[in-house]
Amino acid sequence: MDWVNAIAQGILLGGLYALFAAGLSLIFGVMRLVNIAHGDLIVAAAYLALTIVQITGLHPFAAAIIVVPLMALFGYILQRLLLNPTLGKDFLSPLLVTFGLSVILQNGLLAGFTADSRRLSAGAIETASFDIMPGLTLGALPLLMFVVAVAVIAGLEVIFSRTSLGRAFRATSDDAEIAQLMALDHHHVYGLAMALSAGIVAIAGIFLAIRTNFDPASGPARLIFGFEAVIIGGLGNLWGTLAGGVVLGVSQTLGAQISPGWQLLAGHLVFFLVLGLRPRGLFPRMD
Amino acid sequence: MSSTSIGLDIKGTAMSSAYAIERSTPTSRVAAIMALVLVAGLIAAPWWAGRANLRLLGEIYTFVALSSLWNLLAGYTGLVSVGQQAFVGLGGYTLFGLTIFTGVPPLVAVALAGVIGGAGALLLAPLLFRLQGAYFAIGTWVAAEVFRLSFAQVAALGGGSGTSLPTAIVVSIAADRSLREGLIYWSALALTLVALGFVIALLRSRTGLALTAIRDSEIASESCGINIAWTKILVYVATAAISTMVGALIFLQKLRISPEAAFSVNDWTAFVIFIVVIGGIGTIEGPLVGTLVFFALRETLANLGTTYLLILGAVAIVVMLKAPKGLWGVVADRFGIALVPIRRQVKTR
Repeated sequence: MDWVNAIAQGILLGGLYALFAAGLSLIFGVMRLVNIAHGDLIVAAAYLALTIVQITGLHPFAAAIIVVPLMALFGYILQRLLLNPTLGKDFLSPLLVTFGLSVILQNGLLAGFTADSRRLSAGAIETASFDIMPGLTLGALPLLMFVVAVAVIAGLEVIFSRTSLGRAFRATSDDAEIAQLMALDHHHVYGLAMALSAGIVAIAGIFLAIRTNFDPASGPARLIFGFEAVIIGGLGNLWGTLAGGVVLGVSQTLGAQISPGWQLLAGHLVFFLVLGLRPRGLFPRMD
Repeated sequence: MSSTSIGLDIKGTAMSSAYAIERSTPTSRVAAIMALVLVAGLIAAPWWAGRANLRLLGEIYTFVALSSLWNLLAGYTGLVSVGQQAFVGLGGYTLFGLTIFTGVPPLVAVALAGVIGGAGALLLAPLLFRLQGAYFAIGTWVAAEVFRLSFAQVAALGGGSGTSLPTAIVVSIAADRSLREGLIYWSALALTLVALGFVIALLRSRTGLALTAIRDSEIASESCGINIAWTKILVYVATAAISTMVGALIFLQKLRISPEAAFSVNDWTAFVIFIVVIGGIGTIEGPLVGTLVFFALRETLANLGTTYLLILGAVAIVVMLKAPKGLWGVVADRFGIALVPIRRQVKTR
């Protein structure tokens, strides 16, 4: 029964990893940018949520109304000021600039909030749970995270396939110069993509803050989990990313079942296993 | 390749009276002589420098080596790794493991670390090379994390909290303290010269020419018969081998190891990237200039703590945006100098 329970918890944990991954996947899809600071942005959003909850006394979920737009605005400005100038030449300059940004965010948070680990309290929902059957209990919070992850990915799919913004994303991704001829300002489109990514980062950050302790150095691990979910699921496939997150989550909880030290290691090893056997991921997009 | 060299020979004999193909320039000859004088002075450092300065020099050497090797990967081969701490840490743990469990002398263990690091890279390469560009970068980071988590499981080496090198092993290098410190210092200097020599020799060889061709156009170079995958694997494995030896020496200087310190992304990759970016990526001189700037900043700003890293990150971003070739790139472009010439130039007699 322990194993069934571990698998169930792993699946729900996968929802959180899919949230980490969705923003990463989105901006790679639109502008071939890999944001090394992605995990640190998630942690920064967690601190922003913490600050807003402390100041206003709002419930963390209600604080999302402020955190999401603020992060989206930050994402847009970041893209226009720092990242757009690096795009187009090769992958080296955006990679190194986001790497520098990652170190700045980590040390900025360290200077502002100290190295103490923090946590955001969401009240009763943290302990609420549903008994599915004897021995298998699902927490309300993990369930909610999973549902939100599914909703975010479904929302992204709708944006990409049904809206004019999604058309702009796809057109710019296919050929930025031709899209510009069609009167699409690709700098603006990239800014919007990063804003959307940062909005998802904000949601992920709030859930991270409620689910676990976090500190300024927590970012890189979140980047790696998101990255692994993207690669396991298959590049360019958002539902695949959700599946990748689930595979990673289940690997980790099963690893933890063997020995606590094996939790993260098992996830990484499964990632390398998938990379070795299915280099394009489990669900590569049909091209 | 043979047909092109014959073609060059014919032209060469026809033109030999009027032209010559040269690599060295007056500047580079002066630089070479000054480098020799400098190295001679540095070899003598145990006699003129104090203990603290000797340690600082040793640390500078390891960063010169690591950043030159990373520069070879990122600036010339297009392999941007943010996981070189995997090899630094592996080197440290190889030193501790070999000396503690098998009784190998420490300096021999440093050399053996190169073999182990090369073998490790050879095993990782087929997996990591399936990832492209920036994804390769994060893949190397995951590999480093696997190393860190694995060594944290080894209870005999202190598990997650790490261990110190037993005194008996330290004394086995040399009983006399100043002789011991001298030996470690000279090893660090020698290894750094090996790393620099390797980078320069590789870039001046056929492989170096292949690397430049690959960097400029993968498709064109492949059509000229360059085996891209093998060239990249060769550079990756050789770089890893030397980085692992550097790692072993770093922890021979520190005498204490823990998974966090050994596989620290900040210490062994972030600093190295900042050094190369600020000094000038894709130039031989860049990492040297960058290391000097890095240590000058560190010695003056170290008491600022986290602010120091904020400044360093910001400087690196500004350099990347405003002067992508770094400080040395700006100098070299303005004055047209190259201290270590890689290119051949046609001169009139």
